[in-house]
Amino acid sequence: MTEGRDSRIDATFKRLRAAGRTGLVTFVSAGDPSLPRSADVLRALDRAGADVLEVGVPFSDPLADGPEIQRASERALAAGATLSGVLAMIAGVRADIAAPIVLFTYANPVARMGLEAFARRAADAGVDGVLALDLPIEEAGDLRATLAARGLDTIFLLSPTTTTERIRQAAALGRGFLYGISRLGVTGVRDRVADDARALAARVRAVTAMPLAIGFGISRPEHVAEVGAWADAAVVGSGLVRVIAEYGGRPDLLDRVADYVKWLKSEGTRAPV
Amino acid sequence: MTQTIPGADGVGPIFGRRDPDARGYFGEYGGRYVPETLVAPIEALEVAYLEARRDEAFKRELAALLVDYVGRPTPLYEARRLSAAAGGARIFLKREDLAHTGAHKINNALGQALLARRMGKRRVVAETGAGQHGVATATVCALLDLTCAVYMGTEDMARQALNVFRMRLLGAEVRAVDAGSRTLKDAINEAMRDWVTNVADTYYLLGSVLGPHPYPLMVREFQSCIGREARRQILTAAGRLPDAVVACVGGGSNALGIFDAFLPDQDVRLVGVEAGGEAIVAGRHAARFAGGLAGILQGTRSYVLQDADGNIQRTHSVSAGLDYASVGPEHAWLHDLGRAEYSWVTDAAALGAFETLARLEGILPALESAHALAYAADLARTLGPAAVVLVNLSGRGDKDVQTVQAALDGGRP
Repeated sequence: MTEGRDSRIDATFKRLRAAGRTGLVTFVSAGDPSLPRSADVLRALDRAGADVLEVGVPFSDPLADGPEIQRASERALAAGATLSGVLAMIAGVRADIAAPIVLFTYANPVARMGLEAFARRAADAGVDGVLALDLPIEEAGDLRATLAARGLDTIFLLSPTTTTERIRQAAALGRGFLYGISRLGVTGVRDRVADDARALAARVRAVTAMPLAIGFGISRPEHVAEVGAWADAAVVGSGLVRVIAEYGGRPDLLDRVADYVKWLKSEGTRAPV
Repeated sequence: MTQTIPGADGVGPIFGRRDPDARGYFGEYGGRYVPETLVAPIEALEVAYLEARRDEAFKRELAALLVDYVGRPTPLYEARRLSAAAGGARIFLKREDLAHTGAHKINNALGQALLARRMGKRRVVAETGAGQHGVATATVCALLDLTCAVYMGTEDMARQALNVFRMRLLGAEVRAVDAGSRTLKDAINEAMRDWVTNVADTYYLLGSVLGPHPYPLMVREFQSCIGREARRQILTAAGRLPDAVVACVGGGSNALGIFDAFLPDQDVRLVGVEAGGEAIVAGRHAARFAGGLAGILQGTRSYVLQDADGNIQRTHSVSAGLDYASVGPEHAWLHDLGRAEYSWVTDAAALGAFETLARLEGILPALESAHALAYAADLARTLGPAAVVLVNLSGRGDKDVQTVQAALDGGRP
């Protein structure tokens, strides 16, 4: 998977910038409602035009997540999803999917598998980047080095509380893109994009040219459009997880997922779901 | 300006004696495994704490309240009838059950609430398992005029209904947590979610030697008043150091609080007693050193009960305060060093010790503390009559009367 400097993530953001288009990063909780169904959802997201696919590893204690993703995690665990299973699922769909795949995880499942084994299996599965929610820069050194040796990007989170000095460190140590949290708090659907997000984006832009995606609380096309004015991409998580929760057991799940993505990408049209 | 507080001589925490490294590690345990949003607030908390513990005015106010409000020093009591029944060593009880609100938790809650006020935070959130930390936090928030919200699992609310009512009487809002195992771990998740959302005006008052640095250090230091008093008291009462100091370990704050003063005394055995639950079978106990592996949970790296995929295992204990899947990182370090030893006691043995102390000494111990008592009675028998055993009686058992009644009526759990 080592492709020199231009990883699949780098290439995606270059293309977005060249086209002057706002990227759409989608998050799903892998294994909700089942791993085979998640594989179908990832294919549908890619076909519908999602630019980066974030794949959440279910964890028993998701303390950075709000109710939608907590419930999705619980359903996935109850259905038998594990980090191993998620990696195997990704390996199975990688060839069908053009978009880069970023694993979104808590630290303990990765620590339990062992960093070296995790990096090898993630690379073999075709994972492009890893974001560990509870590994801030100070604790992420070993993971970053192990992933880098396999050509995988480590993506760091930035928050409205992150100092400018830490933004510099994240840009120096991170690869692929920076993930800016739009507001204080946990993941979840909100009515509007927080004012904090714009201020954070400005602070990031002042110190680095690295691509920036903004997430937490983004669920509607007008949110995506607004974020596009000052960041490279918008991350939609809980809103999509909610669609999957509602239609997960139904035959039209993939159509509803595709409709949601298309709606997100076309500001001004009516809600399809 | 140094000013002596009447009765406060030798009372209060021991600060700055054994800090973790700059990143908050005790050996390979500890650290700061938190979402990015909490990094800056936790750094600010660390700075504020390190300043406060150097500030004579802060220490004076804390010591004065520990004396006048908490009732420190708590007594050291020789349990002669218990010792005779156990048939061995002299057993001494450090009576934290006699501290205001009925457990050692108030020592830490008071220290941190003073820190919260000093930091200009007007709102406090806390988690609670058995309810003793929630009650202590609600109490100090009433005292210091702070808004208080306490998160508690619904399973714990059912088995500690009395403490839920006490918190509400004290003006706290008790927020039910109906996720996961509905116990302490889930309450901590929810308290951290609240904190990360309201971090600008909210102080997270964590109740044990858990979580991201500086909490394990800070909570141990606020609890170190226990060992400081107990060491002096036992030298007076027994004329020598104890052979062993025994304490129950959930997160492990009462244990570190009493161990702290004895750590340099290499001949004193330090024994932490975990919850053996029904048996050491996955999901039926909370003995982290018997069934756990190094892992990362809720901000810190320590021993964690987890499955092969790194998900946190369910736990069980008759005592809500010991019913937790991880343990304070400093305990993990002391365990690996061999300076402290860890054992476990079953639900049934703890219930037996509860009844024994009630009948022989007229003291109802908390079910948590009953684990330490059960172990200590066995140890006393093994060590023989020339030995001295010191037990931290970390809390009183009024809150557990219904649980014990149900266990006695319905057979052992």
